[in-house]
This record gives sequence, C-alpha cells and structure tokens, in this order.
Amino acid sequence: MTAPAPLGLIAELTHRCPLQCPYCSNPLALDTVANELPTEAWLRVLDEAAAIGVLQMHFTGGEPMARRDLPTLIRRAADHQMYTNLITSGVTLTDQAMRGLMDAGIDHIQLSFQDIDPASNDRIGAHPNAFTKKHAAAARIREAGLPLTLNFVIHRANCARVPEMIAFAEAEGAQRLEIAHVQYYGWGLRNRAALLPTRAQLDTSTEVVEAARLRLRNKMVIDYVVPDYHASRPKACMGGWAQRFINISPAGKALPCHAAETLPGFNFPSVTTHSLAQIWESEAFTRYRGTDWMPEPCRSCDRREIDWGGCRCQAFALTGDAGVTDPACELSVDHGLMAAAVVESAEEAPAFIYRRFGALQEV
Amino acid sequence: MHPPLDEAAIPRFGVGMKFRFDSTRDAWIILGPERLFLPDEHAVEVLKLINGTNTVAAIAASLAARFDAPLDTITADIWPMLQGLAASGAVRL
Repeated sequence: MTAPAPLGLIAELTHRCPLQCPYCSNPLALDTVANELPTEAWLRVLDEAAAIGVLQMHFTGGEPMARRDLPTLIRRAADHQMYTNLITSGVTLTDQAMRGLMDAGIDHIQLSFQDIDPASNDRIGAHPNAFTKKHAAAARIREAGLPLTLNFVIHRANCARVPEMIAFAEAEGAQRLEIAHVQYYGWGLRNRAALLPTRAQLDTSTEVVEAARLRLRNKMVIDYVVPDYHASRPKACMGGWAQRFINISPAGKALPCHAAETLPGFNFPSVTTHSLAQIWESEAFTRYRGTDWMPEPCRSCDRREIDWGGCRCQAFALTGDAGVTDPACELSVDHGLMAAAVVESAEEAPAFIYRRFGALQEV
Repeated sequence: MHPPLDEAAIPRFGVGMKFRFDSTRDAWIILGPERLFLPDEHAVEVLKLINGTNTVAAIAASLAARFDAPLDTITADIWPMLQGLAASGAVRL
C-alpha cells in the first residue's frame, strides 16, 4: 500500500547526550560517534526530504546540539522552507549557540525538563546543575522571540508535581507544554518497575492536566500522553506505521519510528544506499502500513483506522510478535501482560538503570 | 460559546506559525511547533488577509466585496472561524 508523502522527518543526529535519563527513547544499543552520518549525507537527506514533500524537520538525538554542524543542517532545511524544530535538553544552549541557531533559521525549540524540583531534575538526568542550565536556556529561547515548548516526561518519581510543572510553564511564557508519561520501550521498558505509576497516580495527573487545559484555553496548549499500561485502547503510534514520519538513526538507518530497530526480521534501508523516495515505499515501511496486515481483532474493528492496531514495537516487546494487536488494547489476548506490570507499580521502586554507553555491561 | 464580536480586533498568526502554499499537496498549510493545520478553502481566504494590520472588519469588508456577499453574513461566518483558529493556537486575536 502506498501512502501520501510523509509530513515529518525525525533526524536523530547523534546518540551522544550529556544526560542519562533512564527512560530515554534511544535504543539500548546506542550508535557510536564513529558511525554517525557525515554532514554531506545529512544535507542530501534534507534535499531529498524537501523534494518528496516533507514539511517539518525534527532535529533530535541524543542531544542534537552535540553535532557541531547542527546550524548548517538547520539552514539547509530552512532554505527548503521546511519547518525546523529542535528537541534539546538545553544544557549546552549558551548565548553563542542560541545566536547560531537563530542565524540558521530555527523555527521552534522544544526544551526538556526532567522534573520541576531541581535536585530531582538533576538526579533523573544524572547531570549536575542541569535545572539551572535549562532554566537559563528557556530565557534565551524566549528572549530570541521563538515559540517555546517545555517537555516534562513524567513517571512515579515526579508525577505528583504536575501542578508545579504547569505553573512553571505558564511563568516561563511557554506556548506549548508537553506532559508525557514515559513510554515503555527500550530504556523505559528496562526501568519499568522504577517508573510505571499506579492507577491513582495516573488519574491524579490526568485530572490536573484536564483542569489546566480548561483554565489556559487560548493561552497555552497542553499535550498530554498517557501510559498504555492503564489504557483500554492503544494509541495510534506515530499516526500509523510509516504513514506520517520517517525516522533516521545517527548511522543513517531509516525507520518508521525511533524504536523500530528493535524489531527482528526487518531489513531497514539506509540513507547511504537508498533515496528517501525508495525508503518510503520499501518493504520495511509498507509491511504494517494501513490495514491489510492486520489480524483479528483489529481487522474487523471499527477503530482500525483510528489506532492502526497500536504500536508494533510494543506488540513485539511484550509478546515476541510484532504482527499482533498491541497488548494495550483490552481486546488483545495478551492484555493481561499489561495488568501484571501494573501490579509491580505498587511495589517499592528499584534504582534507575541510567542510559549511557556501555550501561548494559553493568547489569 | 464565543466571545462577543470585536470588529476592531487585529488577527495575527500565533507565535511560530507559518502559513504557506505547499506545491507537493497543492494546498495551503499552517506549520507550527510540532503541529500542522490544513485549513479549508474558506479559512484560507481569511488567512490570506491576515497581515498584522487588517482588522476583523477590514477582512470582512474585503471578502464581502470580493464574493459580492452581505457584510453581516460574512462577519457572522468569519468570527467563529477566527475563534476556532485562535483556540488551536494558529491565530491570535
């Protein structure tokens, strides 16, 4: 099945990062700096992206600011009239770096915080003084006249402080606030017992967000992402497999989502050997696109074009088969796996396994 | 419920919002912070008149002249439309 042109391209420029968040969306097997695509390869990807109709470029990582050619890449995307979005931890967003981004034509910056309590923030990211640096970065973004999105990933260690996170975003003049519960793949899945909130914690955070959305209507947009583990229906992961996005890993592997590299039995094409146009219609990208691949209960479900069967990576991570209904769905025969994990969430939280190169050897 | 009509209000695009034509899709689009809007043909005509100085009244008058339609009808149509665009963050009023 062919699809309309992709709307967005997610460029994971590097897996290097000064932070070590235990729920990082990067794969457990991190790409090393020696394997990163060179500048020329990224510039060609940007040219191809514009040519096939990509509208938004998301520069992410790791920490994308670890790449010294970031302004060069942003400038190329801006030259093509693509909307440029930088997703950053902000800890290296100095005045000089900010000027470089502005000169290059950056449109928007999403700045992450790990918590609103500075000590907890610095502990979760395992980076001393990170909160202070991030706070300074928020001021620089605002003073540059850019729209500001603040991102808080929440879990059992910080979700009690959602009211303070919202108040902080208001005070910082954010146009947009993301309150996103951890998604349990890769590092997040590895740390699930330390991170998954109880049902009561989830419900409290949801109530707080819903009340704030009403109060802040027309002032600040709040995007809220809940954990699948307490859901009865899956989310439309990435808006459906290979329907809206192409994700490029630091080494140049093209994926329908950032977690897809974990799926076995795939030959994900590389931008070093394939054009984006070829990639968009490749076997890996078309395998779970649309509804033709669906087994029951998805195939006959009236929500099949709403949630697209949920997340393939979650189906694989929990059941060992990427081609079955996402266990987040209560109609899945595997939905009990979710309930079993929820039981854990009431137990004492173990220590974090921090996301870092070589971390797996320690386990 | 929309706020009462304010004909003197000057609609502006939201911070970080870009309105442009996309030749791949042969359509006008609004690009914003991790958001994308595909305005319908009626909204496109209104959005084309947002320039930082046009008031709601001026936009309505322009459309009324162009489409040879009663000013009251146009005004009654575009005010809720602008409210909807403002609620999405695409436009500020």
